[in-house]
Amino acid sequence: MQKELKVIGKPMPKLDAGIKVSGKAVYGQDVVLPDMLYGAILRTEYPVAELVSIDTSKAEQLAGVVSIITADDVDVNNISYRRDHPALKKGRVNCIRDEIAAVAAETPAIAREALKLIEVKYNVQEGVFDPFEALKDDAPQINEFSSHEKNKNISHPFHYEHGDLQQQKDKSAHIVTSRYFLPRMTHACLAPCAITADYSNIDNRLTLYSVTQVPFLYQRDMAHVLKMEPSRIRVIQTVIGGGFGSKLDMYPYEPICALLAMKSGRPVQITFDREEEFIASPTRQKMVIDLTSGVDEKGKFTFRVAKIIMDNGAYTSWGATTPFVMMQTFSSMYQMPACVFDADAVYTNNVYAGSFRGYGNPQATFAVERNIDLLAEKLGMDKAEIRLLNANFRGEFTGQELEFNTCGHKDALEMVIDGVGKTRKENDKDQKRYKKGIGFASMLHVGGGAKIYPSDGCGTILKMDDYGYLTIITGSSEIGQGSETVLGMMAAEELGIGIEKIRVINTDTDIKPWDVGVHASRTSFVAGNSLLGAIKELKTKLSPKAAEMLKTDEDDLEYDGGTVKSIKTGESIKIDKVARQIHFKGPNDLLTVSHYYEPGSKFADKNFKGNISGAYAFAAQAIEVEVDTYTGNVRVLNIHMAQDVGKVLNPLGLGGQIEGGVVMGMGYALTEELKVDNGYILNPSFHEYKLPTACDIPEIHFYPIETIDEAGPYGAKGVGEAPLIPTAAAIANAVSNAIGVEIDSLPITPEKVLQALSNKS
Amino acid sequence: MPTDTHKITFTINGRKMERTISPSLLLIDLIREELSLKGTKPGCLEGECGACTVLINGDAISSCLYLAVNVNGKEITTIEGLSTDDRNAPFDPVQEAMIQHGGVQCGYCTPGMVMSIKAFQEHCEANRFVPGREEIKKAIEGNLCRCTGYTKIIDAVESLFEGE
Repeated sequence: MQKELKVIGKPMPKLDAGIKVSGKAVYGQDVVLPDMLYGAILRTEYPVAELVSIDTSKAEQLAGVVSIITADDVDVNNISYRRDHPALKKGRVNCIRDEIAAVAAETPAIAREALKLIEVKYNVQEGVFDPFEALKDDAPQINEFSSHEKNKNISHPFHYEHGDLQQQKDKSAHIVTSRYFLPRMTHACLAPCAITADYSNIDNRLTLYSVTQVPFLYQRDMAHVLKMEPSRIRVIQTVIGGGFGSKLDMYPYEPICALLAMKSGRPVQITFDREEEFIASPTRQKMVIDLTSGVDEKGKFTFRVAKIIMDNGAYTSWGATTPFVMMQTFSSMYQMPACVFDADAVYTNNVYAGSFRGYGNPQATFAVERNIDLLAEKLGMDKAEIRLLNANFRGEFTGQELEFNTCGHKDALEMVIDGVGKTRKENDKDQKRYKKGIGFASMLHVGGGAKIYPSDGCGTILKMDDYGYLTIITGSSEIGQGSETVLGMMAAEELGIGIEKIRVINTDTDIKPWDVGVHASRTSFVAGNSLLGAIKELKTKLSPKAAEMLKTDEDDLEYDGGTVKSIKTGESIKIDKVARQIHFKGPNDLLTVSHYYEPGSKFADKNFKGNISGAYAFAAQAIEVEVDTYTGNVRVLNIHMAQDVGKVLNPLGLGGQIEGGVVMGMGYALTEELKVDNGYILNPSFHEYKLPTACDIPEIHFYPIETIDEAGPYGAKGVGEAPLIPTAAAIANAVSNAIGVEIDSLPITPEKVLQALSNKS
Repeated sequence: MPTDTHKITFTINGRKMERTISPSLLLIDLIREELSLKGTKPGCLEGECGACTVLINGDAISSCLYLAVNVNGKEITTIEGLSTDDRNAPFDPVQEAMIQHGGVQCGYCTPGMVMSIKAFQEHCEANRFVPGREEIKKAIEGNLCRCTGYTKIIDAVESLFEGE
C-alpha cells in the first residue's frame, strides 16, 4: 500500500523566506570583509579595435588606488569550454563588453575615478555584426582562438537527423517553410553581479564569495584560468538574487576580482551597476531559424528540417550548446517520423550569448509551433485538433531515442483547450478596433537532469544530532527556485520530524559534496533522489536500534511525529532518544551518512541519439489575447498552463515557478529585446529594456498533471524552465489568430503589429 | 567643520541619530554604507526597479533618488525596522503574508516590495479603503520582480485586507 504523504504535496513556505522578508539575507553586494578593497573594470569604448597602448601611470598616482592589472600583468589561461576568451584582453578588443584593465581601490568612488585616468589608445576597426556576413569566405577571423575546421567563424556546429526524409516528403500533403527571427533577451536579475575574492598567501588558498549556480564547475574553471589547483579554491555562494541560467558560466569579472585580490594582498569586491549588468551579462541567443515542416492529408506530421544560425557573439559560453536542447524539440516534440537539424553558433563582434532558462527551447518551440499553425491553416484543420492528433504518448521511443516512460502531453493539451474555452468571453468592446485571438503551444523539455557532463549526479551528507535535528548537506544550490525547501520537505516526510528541525547547508564547496549545478530543471529531481538515497542509509543506522528498543522488526517501523513507532503495537520512541542510544550506548556511532546519486540516463552518442534524461516534462498552453488594432498593443487576457510535473511536491513553490516562468515568457513575447547596433548596446537600463510589471499580469490558470514517473522523487519531474518555454509561441499564435497576420519574430511590439496590419491591407 | 558637510538629525527604525554628511550623499548610501543596514537593496540606482524602497514619514520612496540631507528631522523606516523583537511573532503582517503566500523567491526585490506594500496598506487603512486586485497591481507597479510573476505577491497583499 502506498504510504499516505503528510508533507509532500502540501503548501510549504520557503525555508529562506523569513530571512529574505526581514532584509537579513546576505547577497553578494552585502558581503563586507575586514580591510576589503573595491574593484572596477575598464571596458572598451569601441566594439572592435586594436589596442595600441594602455597607460595606467596616472591612475596609479591617484590616492587610494592599491593595484591595477592589465593583460600584461597576469599569467592566466583563457575562459570558456572553447578556451576562446581571455579574461583581460591583449592586443585587440572584439566586443563592447571587453575588459581592458581593472583597479582595486579603497572606495568604489576612487576605483571608478581611477578608471577614467587610464589612457587607452585604440585603432578602431570595422566589425562583423551579422552572422551571415561572418560566414562568408572573405570575412575576417573574429576570434583568434577559434579552431573549428568547418569555418573559421563557427564556434560550434551541430548536425542531427533521423528517419527517411524523402519518404516523408513524399507522404506530405502540405509543406510550409518559414524563417523566424528570435531576439536577444537578457536575464535582468534583480541583483546585479557581485563577487568578493579573498586570497591568503599563508596557505595559498583563494576564497570566493560568489553568485555562481554551478559551484563545482566554477571552481574547476577558475582554477584553470588562474593556474591553481581546484581544491585550493573555496567557493562560498552568497544568497543569489536571480540566476535563470545567467550564472552557469564563469565570466571575466570573476577571475579579474581574484587576480586583484592576489595582487593587492587584501580582499576585493566587484559589483556591477545596472548599466554594466545590461552590457556585461550574456543574453539568450539571438538566432535565425529556417524551418520546413510537412503534414499528411489526415493531419499527421511528417517531417521537420531546421537550419539555425545563432549569433554567438565574440566569445563562446555554454550557451553555444543550446542546439543540444533545441534538437530535441525539433526531433521529438509531437510525434515526428523524420527530422534533419543543423545549427551553427557563429562568431560576430556582438556581445556574446549565454545560457538562459529554457536553453534554446523557447526559440525552437516558437518556430515549431508557428509552423504547426501554418500547416493547420493549409489543411483547414482546427489548431487544437492537429496538436491532439500528433501529441506525444506514454511509451513513445522517439527518433532521437528519448524514452517517454510517462507522458502527460495529451492531457495537458486537453486541459488547456477546455480551460481557454471556459474563460473566453464575447468581445464587449469596439469590435472594429479590438480583436481577440487564441493561441496554443506545447513544450517538451528534460525533466530528470540532462547527461551532458561526465556526471549528472549530486551528493548528499546527512547528520542527525543527539537532539533529533537534521542537517542536510547537499551539493545542490538554491538560487531562489525553492529546491532547499523541497529537500527539507522530503526529509520531514521520510523521517517524520518537523521541518523546523531541519537545516539545509548548500553554499560551501569546502563542505558540500559534488553536484553538477543548477541547470536543466534538475535540482528537485537529482538532489531529491540523492537525499532519498541518503535517508535510506540513515535509516539503516536508525531502524535496527529503534526496532531493538521497541522489541519489534525493522519492517514494522513507522517514522512519524518525531518518533519511531511500531505499527503493530502502537508503541513509540522519540527519534532523538534513538540517536542518543546509538551514540552513547551502542554501537557508539554517529548518525552521519553520505550518498551519491547518478541518474539512470545515458550519454547521447556521436549522432546525438540516446536517452539523456531520467524523465521528460511536457506542457501545453492556451493563451487568449486582445489586440488593439489602432495602437498595435497586445494585451494578454488569460493564460492556461497545464504541465506534466510528475508529482506536485510543494504546490506553493510550484505555482511560483509556473507564474514566474509564464511572465518571463510574456516579456520575451511582447517587450524584451536587448538592442544592439553595430556592436553597441542601445538600451542598457530598465527604462528602455521593459520587464513585465504587476500591471501586465493576466489571470494565470495552472493545471498540474501528475503522471508519477518512477524515476523521480515521489514521481516528480523537473519543473523550472518549462513554463517559460511555450509562452511566446502561444502568444504569437494568438496574435496571428486575432488579426490574421504572420508573426515571425519576437518581441511582438506595437510597431510590428501595426506594420503587419498595414502590409495586410 | 568644512563647509561641504551638513549635520542632520533623523530617526531610523525608531532610533534617533545625528550624522555629519556630504550634501551629495544618497539616502541609500547613508543607509547601506554609513549605517550598515544592508537590507535595503541597490537594484538600478535610477529609480526604476524599487528594490531600494524605504519609508520616510510613512511614504514609500526610492532611496537611490533621495538625498540624505533631506531626511533631516524625518523618520525613516527600512526593512530592518519592520520586524519585531517578539521571538514568537517576529514579522510584520506584510512580511508574514509574503512568506505564507509564496511571494518570495530569490528575495532581492522583497525588501523594497514589502516597504511599498506597507505604505500602501497603511494608506488604505487610514482611508478605510479595501483595494481590489487591480489597485494592488497599481500599488506595486514600481517594484520589479523577475522571479515570481507577481501573482503570489498580489495574493499576499490581498490577504492583508481579507475580512475588511
